[in-house]
Amino acid sequence: MQSRNNKTIIAICSVVFGLIAGAIIMLFFGYNPFSGYGSLISTAFGTPQNIGEIFSQMTPLILTGLSFLIAQQAGFFNIGMSGQLFGAWVGSVWFALTFPHLPDFLIIIGATTFGVVIGAISGFIPGYLRARFGASEVIITIMMNYVILYLGNDAITAVFPNSIKQTVDSSNQVGNHGGIGLKWLSDLTNQSSISAGIFIALITTLLIWFVMKKTTLGFSIDAVGKNADAAKYAGINEKATQIWAMTLSGALSGLGGVTEGLGHYGNVFVQNSTPETGFNGMAVALLGSGSFIGVILAAALFSALTVGGAGMPNISGVPTELVAIVIALIIFFVGTGYLIDLMIEKIKSADQASSNKGKGPGAGKQQQKKISKKEQKELEA
Amino acid sequence: MEQIKEKIPAIKMEHIVKKFGNFAANDDINLEVKAGEIHALLGENGAGKSTLMNILSGLLQPTSGEIFLRGKKVKIKNPAAASKLGIGMVHQHFMLIDAFTVTENIMLGAEKTKGASLDIETAKKEIQALVDKYKLKVNPDALITDISVGQQQRVEILKTLYRKADILIFDEPTAVLTTQEIQELIATMKNLAAEGKAIILITHKLEEIRQAADRVTVIRSGKSLETFNAKNVSAITLAEKMVGRKVSFTTEKKAAKTGKDILKINDLVVKDAENVTKVDHLSLDIRAGEIIGIAGIDGNGQTELVQTVTGLTHSQSGEIILDGKNITNKTPRKIIKAGTSHIPEDRLRHGLEINMPLADNMVIENFYEKPYARMGILQGKAIADHAKKLIKQFDVKMTSIDEPAGSLSGGNQQKAVVARELSRDSKLIVAAQPTRGLDVGAIEYIHKQLIKQRDLGKAVMLISFELDEILDLADRIAVISSGKIIGVVNTKDTTKEELGLMMTGVGLKSARKELEASKNKNKAGVK
Repeated sequence: MQSRNNKTIIAICSVVFGLIAGAIIMLFFGYNPFSGYGSLISTAFGTPQNIGEIFSQMTPLILTGLSFLIAQQAGFFNIGMSGQLFGAWVGSVWFALTFPHLPDFLIIIGATTFGVVIGAISGFIPGYLRARFGASEVIITIMMNYVILYLGNDAITAVFPNSIKQTVDSSNQVGNHGGIGLKWLSDLTNQSSISAGIFIALITTLLIWFVMKKTTLGFSIDAVGKNADAAKYAGINEKATQIWAMTLSGALSGLGGVTEGLGHYGNVFVQNSTPETGFNGMAVALLGSGSFIGVILAAALFSALTVGGAGMPNISGVPTELVAIVIALIIFFVGTGYLIDLMIEKIKSADQASSNKGKGPGAGKQQQKKISKKEQKELEA
Repeated sequence: MEQIKEKIPAIKMEHIVKKFGNFAANDDINLEVKAGEIHALLGENGAGKSTLMNILSGLLQPTSGEIFLRGKKVKIKNPAAASKLGIGMVHQHFMLIDAFTVTENIMLGAEKTKGASLDIETAKKEIQALVDKYKLKVNPDALITDISVGQQQRVEILKTLYRKADILIFDEPTAVLTTQEIQELIATMKNLAAEGKAIILITHKLEEIRQAADRVTVIRSGKSLETFNAKNVSAITLAEKMVGRKVSFTTEKKAAKTGKDILKINDLVVKDAENVTKVDHLSLDIRAGEIIGIAGIDGNGQTELVQTVTGLTHSQSGEIILDGKNITNKTPRKIIKAGTSHIPEDRLRHGLEINMPLADNMVIENFYEKPYARMGILQGKAIADHAKKLIKQFDVKMTSIDEPAGSLSGGNQQKAVVARELSRDSKLIVAAQPTRGLDVGAIEYIHKQLIKQRDLGKAVMLISFELDEILDLADRIAVISSGKIIGVVNTKDTTKEELGLMMTGVGLKSARKELEASKNKNKAGVK
């Protein structure tokens, strides 16, 4: 089993290796990696607006990252975050635009609840099907992504009344009635798309951390995810717990969709494919290696890379797509964490060996070993 | 048969030793099997039969010792080499692919090809020829999913014959079969032997040996003891040899003060996923203040009985009453709350969450109740205090209660499970193999704890494959065979021989009769 320590090292190594690999690719295509990464950093952190943009983009990433994490802890592989997020996005914007005369705080609460419930139901369905019939949640969530994508698109184009639509395939802006933008924050960041969503995401992270670590529900989810047989033996209803975990996971993705609708974009529009944010949440959870702080840091890194990457073509001529490659490579290195794990173990044992060397008798033994190895080689030859 | 004896033995294994660390699974075993005979290997669980056969089939390498095949010394490096040497194994758990046909399964690994494609037609013809020759009724085109367990076993046999094996090892082949299928299998084995093939039959069922085997070698604690002519040896002698006369440490205990019935099982029927009846109209009562031992050979329904009583599996009919409360097919939590503790057979699968901290493991059944949780919020201090108390009280050795339970040694893991289960003050304690794989010290400790629970007036149901353990602890012994209780005896009125016979399915009366007869015979012999 990987220790927490090793996991952190793997995550850090993956990021470093990913960046180095990205640099090699830049060199290969004739770009200067220093100016490439330099332009990335100067773009990402150069203006208050872009810093605001980073916070804005990391908001749904944190929530979908948490969503994946919770499902994973219960032993599920939730690939449906994209659909869960989009369903909630459409739902929350519809609610906010349909009831504009309610008091603002009621609009926000209503729209958020409506969106989260849509997400929760989208998580509940695959959870129930797996617990009840053993159906693969992977296949069902993938399929549901498409179902929700087209239902959502259809809702925007065909169901939304013209009164709440800006164009044929996009809704009006939610604006002040239901929007979660904060004036002082957008002023501070030169009118970036930052909203109260970032606080919602951070508070939710704290809340979910508490649920998972300090409540009986979190205990049950942990027990079921780690060993469903032992959990059942101990009287935990493993099926109900699995369903709860998937519902919670869907609700979190849903909340991510709500922040997109009421915060980041302020409206909803037809999507060509299921929103990437849902899938990127998976990458965030993987790089975060199962820890809550890890999810926040990974979300911050990915959104900084994305925001910074947008500036690369203008300044250094490096195409924006390089950022996608770097992110993919980071995840690749996390995925091959076994290799890094092996490296850590090798380094550790080499350290021990070298400290043994100084102690006299060990040194003699090692020499003997070398000789015998040589002999073996000779024998083999 | 006379001719056979003069031939060079098909297999001769001499002084086989196989060590795993310090533990010798095989400790100087000698075995000689002739072509044309059915040779039974008899021994208890863990006696070393499977290790020996794994050596013969190339899965394990012996630490020392020699193997001769048809008089020639051989080294069997891997299963492929064994197959080349004509050794085939019919596994207890079938190695078949459900979605493939019989033919495809048989050719898998020994495929016939025509150019680049499989030559299924030729293979099918050859298989059909084998089916006809040995009367192994099975359709080569049928899918494995669609055929019975008995037929699946025939596919396993065909697999070895297709690879031209002339030494066939059957690893507890009757465990999964119906009575009818067992008779058919014995006939098949006799056919094969008549062909001149050497058959090794691994079993611990004495009845089968008498029916099928020509000779029988008894193995105990990794040593081969003696080889008998199966026709001339009594079941009692074999049972004695198998179990051994080793004197064990006995746990001191007072006479049981029994009270009312705590657990009543009435006419219970449990079937497994394949619809095989595992518990067969079983009835049993356990009183307060007594330990009832369930004696039997592994796989005779003990696991299913325990899992049904504790709610992990459902029964098809019958009822289970715990202290007047019907707990039949209730959820594990309801059964736990009704007053059941369960020391499970497999502590790594059921007993512990090995990746969760030890402290959490100690409250895994009641973490949601006061004082461990209030309003759904875990009370870390109460949980830690509870764990510390139990660890001290039950002498569990570990570095920290925050360490995962998996970091404890096996004995301490089991002690932790026992501590948790016995501290919950239940009415019924189900202890399944509570000391399996433990060292003497831990065994003694757990035995004492179980006796203590009995003296506190708990009803204890002890399931063990170790007759010594049952004889040592139980006040009454219920012998289980093929999912039925063959008989219930008072521990002081029974003997190991009697239990050994009953475990093979012989009823109490006939067991006593047979024992009486053999005693008289012995007396006559002395005179």
